[in-house]
Amino acid sequence: MAVVYKKSIALTDAPLTYCPGCTHGIIHKLVAENLVELGVYDKAIGVGPVGCSALCDFFFACDMYIAGHGRAPAVATGIKRTHPDKFVFTYQGDGDLASIGTAEIVHAAHRGEKISTIFVNNAIYGMTGGQMAPTTLVGQKATTAPYGRSEEHCGKPIRIAEMIATIEGAKFVERVSVNNPANVRKAKKAIRRAFELQLEGKGFGLVEVLSTCPTNWGYSAVNALKWLEENLIPYYPLGNYKDY
Amino acid sequence: MAKGKLTIDSEKCKGCELCVNFCPKKTLELGKETNTKGYFPVTVVNDECIACGTCAIMCPDSIITVEKE
Amino acid sequence: MAKKLMKGNEAIAQAAINAGATHFFGYPITPQSELIEFMAREMPKVGACFLQAESEVAASYMVYGAAGAGARVITSTSSPGLALKQEGLTYMVSAELPAVIVNISRGGPGLGNILPQQGDYFMCTRGGGNGDYYHPCFAPASVQECADLIVEAFDIADEYRMPVLVLGDGMIGQMMEPVEIPEYKKYVPNKPWAADGNHIARGVHNRINAMDLAADVLEAKNNKIQAKLKEISEKYVKYESIDVEDADLVLVAYGTPSRACKNVLKKAKEEGLKVGLIRPISLYPFPKVAFDKINPKCKAILAVEQSCGQMIEDVRLSVLGKYPVEFFGRTGGNPIIPEQVFEKVKNILGGTK
Repeated sequence: MAVVYKKSIALTDAPLTYCPGCTHGIIHKLVAENLVELGVYDKAIGVGPVGCSALCDFFFACDMYIAGHGRAPAVATGIKRTHPDKFVFTYQGDGDLASIGTAEIVHAAHRGEKISTIFVNNAIYGMTGGQMAPTTLVGQKATTAPYGRSEEHCGKPIRIAEMIATIEGAKFVERVSVNNPANVRKAKKAIRRAFELQLEGKGFGLVEVLSTCPTNWGYSAVNALKWLEENLIPYYPLGNYKDY
Repeated sequence: MAKGKLTIDSEKCKGCELCVNFCPKKTLELGKETNTKGYFPVTVVNDECIACGTCAIMCPDSIITVEKE
Repeated sequence: MAKKLMKGNEAIAQAAINAGATHFFGYPITPQSELIEFMAREMPKVGACFLQAESEVAASYMVYGAAGAGARVITSTSSPGLALKQEGLTYMVSAELPAVIVNISRGGPGLGNILPQQGDYFMCTRGGGNGDYYHPCFAPASVQECADLIVEAFDIADEYRMPVLVLGDGMIGQMMEPVEIPEYKKYVPNKPWAADGNHIARGVHNRINAMDLAADVLEAKNNKIQAKLKEISEKYVKYESIDVEDADLVLVAYGTPSRACKNVLKKAKEEGLKVGLIRPISLYPFPKVAFDKINPKCKAILAVEQSCGQMIEDVRLSVLGKYPVEFFGRTGGNPIIPEQVFEKVKNILGGTK
């Protein structure tokens, strides 16, 4: 029997703490598989955020940090400037990266830090219980936008991939989704490309991954994927925004 | 068609059904018994598996191992 | 190394480089800018890394990242900047990361002004961030002491895996004095706990984090932090004490105001008054033991600060009501003038004998 698929060695045996069907787990696998396939797992250092993936230091088997809320790119900067020969990635959600951590992500990109950022956008604050994120869609309900996000009151959602792509130091920016097997495969390729860019010493790379939050969106895991496809993808177009 | 063999770590399954939804051969269904966490883990219900790996690719908890004959 | 005329800011920077600092992350703010500029100029010459961050918050997390990866790392700032760095500092305390933080303090609250003030005593000694902790904090009163305390701060930080503060004020940062900087020593890290990407060779992945969800685990961490602080409190008490054994009044002052107080002591002697001085060098641990040696018949203690009175609380906790504790302070960047302090001394002691 030949093994077609088994759990990546870059993931620990610890059970994931994510809700059933949450696509964080899929994105974890894509990161882990790319680390191994590119041969950088043995020199990888990851930085997790505050949010649902604040426990990802238990899940990735390489050396790991958890940063303060939004500060992962600054922490990664400190690590990479200490060990330029190591492979450094950040794993951040939308509350973390697109709200409280905008300064850190913009300036890591601006300096052209040779790190890779996985930005998981599910348009809501998950861990704190479904509050509005800067990426929450207009009309989408959240516990702090109980009548739906109003454009008049809090603007339209922020598009991070497009914004980061305008920064000189960002050399690879792509938005992907994990709502079906074909898109998962594309997401894996994009993450691989961002990782290769770091290895080539070209500069900063970011992959925005559209993800689900079945619990706080109030859908089953399968229906959450449908909601993502019908609502998030139209506002957050998939595709490459920069490949130096 | 290749024949596939699925190994499921039932204790870590959360019964989210993403694998069930994407399996082209309808080989997986939620079982009738709960695991110790209280979830109904997926089980193999027929021998149609073609080892495409789709179930494993979509499984957020990396609990499915796929082998091909 | 021969003595050289240097500003306090420059002496701190050179001493840090000579102590083997591998990394500096900071953000410009007056009155510590000479320090960051010196680092930008001199660190690359010894193969060390200088990086200007986008903010003090980011700088504190670059320190977190580098410290976790095994670097010998320092950052410097001034009062409002230290307020911003508190977020990273409390994370470093929790994640048990060593680093040296320099605060060349200025007037406050708010943006305040760029003149010397000592209004950051609480923020520096109490642990200015969230949670239960104190900061080991040392306060130099001369340029030489700036250099010496920086070297020691690095060693204490490494020994206890904890951020250590050096608190100077704008005056000491800017003033020039002859100073002998300790010789350059290359830093050789020995930090098996560091998350430096060697998980395969190590056989286990290291995790640097500041979160412990289980109550017992977090309590154990808090107990560990407190145990470290207790040990530091026993080992690193530093102070200067002058003529307290037969004093009728003892001045207590740290940093540059202590220099004005030494002039008060001279004046007092000329006029036949018995005045002593305690100069805390370690603010945390506060040198309580110094107060045990005061003349039991001493009439009063006078805390002299360039603030509205912060260290005075530690003075009161040290004498525990044994002596009345009086206060003299100026703020806004106004200096401590010896004549004004001496007037206060005479008022307390009931005029010149």
